Amino acid sequence: MESYIEQIRTLAVDLLKSGKVDVVIGYRRGSVPMATVPFMARTPEQAKQLTWDSHCTLNLANYLTNRQEKIGIIAKGCDSRNIVNHIVENKINRDQLHIIGVPCKGMVNPKELQTLLDDEIISCAETGSTLTIASSQAEIKIEREDHLRNNCSLCTHRNPVIYDDLVGEAVEEPVLDDPFKDVNAIEAMDADEKWNYFDDLLDGCIRCYACRNACPLCYCPTCFVDESDPQWVGKGQNDTDIKTFHFLRAFHCAGRCTDCGACEAACPMDIHVRAFTRKLIKDSKELFGWEAGMDISKRPPLDTFAPDDPNDFIK
Amino acid sequence: MKVIKIDKNKWTKGLDTARESYQLFGPVKIKENHCFAPLKRDQQPDMTVVDTVLSPKSTVFPQTEKLMTATLDTSKPNHHLMERADTDYSPRAVIGIRPFDARAIDLVKLNFDTKDHRDPYWCDAHDATTFVGLAVNTPSQFDFSTSMDSGPFDEKGLDVLLVDMDTGYLAKILTPKGEAFMACAGFNREATAGDLQKMEELKKAAEQAITTQVETDNLREKSLLDLHQAPFWDDVAFSCINCGTCTFVCPTCWCFDIQDETKGNNTTRFRNWDSCMSPLFTLHGSGHNPRGEKTQRVRQRFMHKLKYFLDKYDQGTMCVGCGRCVKSCPVNIDIREVCNVMNAYEPQK
Ligand code: SF4
Ligand code: SF4
Ligand code: SF4
Ligand code: SF4
Repeated sequence: MESYIEQIRTLAVDLLKSGKVDVVIGYRRGSVPMATVPFMARTPEQAKQLTWDSHCTLNLANYLTNRQEKIGIIAKGCDSRNIVNHIVENKINRDQLHIIGVPCKGMVNPKELQTLLDDEIISCAETGSTLTIASSQAEIKIEREDHLRNNCSLCTHRNPVIYDDLVGEAVEEPVLDDPFKDVNAIEAMDADEKWNYFDDLLDGCIRCYACRNACPLCYCPTCFVDESDPQWVGKGQNDTDIKTFHFLRAFHCAGRCTDCGACEAACPMDIHVRAFTRKLIKDSKELFGWEAGMDISKRPPLDTFAPDDPNDFIK
Repeated sequence: MKVIKIDKNKWTKGLDTARESYQLFGPVKIKENHCFAPLKRDQQPDMTVVDTVLSPKSTVFPQTEKLMTATLDTSKPNHHLMERADTDYSPRAVIGIRPFDARAIDLVKLNFDTKDHRDPYWCDAHDATTFVGLAVNTPSQFDFSTSMDSGPFDEKGLDVLLVDMDTGYLAKILTPKGEAFMACAGFNREATAGDLQKMEELKKAAEQAITTQVETDNLREKSLLDLHQAPFWDDVAFSCINCGTCTFVCPTCWCFDIQDETKGNNTTRFRNWDSCMSPLFTLHGSGHNPRGEKTQRVRQRFMHKLKYFLDKYDQGTMCVGCGRCVKSCPVNIDIREVCNVMNAYEPQK
């Protein structure tokens, strides 16, 4: 991590000094333990605040939408795939970007770390693959790999798929025996079990829309839930309206979601919203042989037609 | 002021007695998080949780609240007439509300119960409620309530202040409502001078344990327009994703939206929490939006809490320092930092 930070800063400072970019978007340290803040450096001086650690959980592609400047951007595997989406969907031009790719070692789940200590975590430091977390009463060392966020533990694209500079060496991509175990388990449920599962899944959702707003895919000028003429969805804490929001949002992400986990990282109520999008990731793969955000020359399956479509209903 | 001593092994029985006359609300675990909710018959409030993700404002200001109803059935004489919904305002008690949250309810009252307007829904719920607070013995790192005219043992807005003394609670009775609740629960053993002294010690220790200091002393003198036009807002707002999290978790955010829903012949008028972070919040019918840009919305939140409210009511800021927004903001926008920046701001001449 220390060497990553060093290299990120050097690259960003050079880009800004040489005038190749107007700004660099990355992360800086937060004001509380286990937090980073998405940050835009406008000067080489500010670029020295850029950082990298196991808490870079949001997706920086979210900050690119419709920007006009020349932008340097730090991108881990999933960010880079959402950058590809953004380019394909005309939300940013490839020429505007200088992508500083960061081979990702996975981000941790701070709520899980908190369960390891009785008292509130007041500091978290990392050296290599080891994190040292401490409360006022105790201090323990843990391995990052053992406490990854759920999406990071399922990620097979840790290396950026598109970049202009790469920080450090590419990392080895994990091979998973059963990448969709979670989705298969839900598919195997009968109708009642599914109903109860989704009821329970969304119990506690306060409709703050942090999941939607953290998602780089959700850039519509007016979201269907905010539309008032016509009004598609009721606005209150009604079960059906809450479900409608989640189902529809997930479908809008079909073939586009990169499983970056920003939605879940942002949710204050710990709702596992990826349960929806992961089913669509699996379907995209099985029905269309498609993984989102891998290639800027290909359009996502739901807005394209191919005569060699593996699905036979079309033939 | 009377202080009563309650043994922890008598606590549950007392609450159960009180349940016969009051509907109880308290902190309960919902999945992984604690929230305030109406307690079910055999459910006990969790008195160990330092703060809930959402504040207890929902006990008087539900996220979705039925205001009025009407029938569209023209055979009925009162058809198409909105009538106040039939809501239960029988006595209720919020158990384990933390002092900063009770202070927040006091501040919100300034808005819902004014000389000119009385919001009947909020006020009736407030009048029906007894707030049985619980002092914070070990404040979290996010707590900066002592900087915001509250504190871990603050009594403002409470009817009773409980202090956890390990084997029991001390209950400081602050109002007649509080006295009635304690009598109803059957708690009546007077505390000793020694107890009171221990309580004072706990209070001091808790106040000292709050290490974050936020400066607010210059806010009143600052010019509203200078702060409004200050150059730092773009930087403050950059990372904000304009979710409503900070406003939904906040005990003092009170904005709402009114919606009518009709099913068959039945129409209901609801109000839902709304948020100044949403562009829709200020979108005019004409299509114009006075706060169409993210920076304008972020500025609004901080200016309302730390300047407009202060100027309007002269009762301090509209932030009680609970720290919830600091903890829950997905991009770590920290009101403590913003407040310090505002307080220190000098415009370039
Ligand atoms: S799932 Fe979480 S982030 Fe999304 S609206 Fe519900 S509470 Fe907010
Ligand atoms: S839906 Fe969630 S996981 Fe998928 S791209 Fe959006 S934020 Fe990332
Ligand atoms: S919680 Fe944070 S990101 Fe969300 S609207 Fe508030 S300040 Fe912005
Ligand atoms: S602004 Fe933040 S710290 Fe202040 S009362 Fe609201 S949630 Fe608590």
